[in-house]
Amino acid sequence: MLLFVIGLLSGMIGGMGIGGGTILIPSLIFIAEVSQHVAQGVNLISFIPTSLFAIIIHIKNRHIHFKTAFHLIPAGALGAILGSFMASCLSASLLRKLFGIFLLVMGFYELLRKEKEKKEEKKSK
Amino acid sequence: MYNSEVLKGEDLKKGAYVFKIAGIGLAAGLCNGLFGAGGGMVVVPAMVHILKLDEHDAHATAIAVILPLVGISSYIYFKNGFLDFSTSWPVAAGGAVGGALGASLLNRIPSKWLHRIFGLFMIAAAVRMII
Repeated sequence: MLLFVIGLLSGMIGGMGIGGGTILIPSLIFIAEVSQHVAQGVNLISFIPTSLFAIIIHIKNRHIHFKTAFHLIPAGALGAILGSFMASCLSASLLRKLFGIFLLVMGFYELLRKEKEKKEEKKSK
Repeated sequence: MYNSEVLKGEDLKKGAYVFKIAGIGLAAGLCNGLFGAGGGMVVVPAMVHILKLDEHDAHATAIAVILPLVGISSYIYFKNGFLDFSTSWPVAAGGAVGGALGASLLNRIPSKWLHRIFGLFMIAAAVRMII
């Protein structure tokens, strides 16, 4: 039940366009006491069903730029392979610290994001 | 058909595009594999600011890019014994319901302070993880 609620809340946040996984992973670690690697794996798995639904809806509404997507996938796949092997070589405590640094950068980006967009709107107007 | 200068310009443009695409893809893939998250937080702003996609289209396209990357990363995590299915299923079920709720609430909740609150939450969690 606790796991379902954690998934529900982070799914809602993800659905609103704020990285759901960056919230899910620390929640799993601090609340459900899951290890770093397993928490990351849970986030990967739980992305699949939700994103399948989302893709169907986005295809219907013609929001997906397939050409751009297909161009990005090869380099992305290479990165995913490298990244996953790096993760499997790192200790849980080091990976957790690296994740923390990544989360810190993303947190500041979320915090400061809106003001940036306003400036750009003004520019384009 | 084309004079050489135009060709050069187009080659340069094409080269720059390939370079941008490779950089964005690699960064998104690395985050996805290394952290099991965050590919979207890299690829969405990159598509908006570098590839000049509309924000909504960037979100939609990001999912189509990240899904295959998640497949690859999941497979490697599985091979290394990092996938715990008994923990994943309830989270995934909650995530699917939450995702639908979140998407339907998207335009009803002012996102400005939402982003700030979660930015602060992420910074707090980050500090706790680093220390």
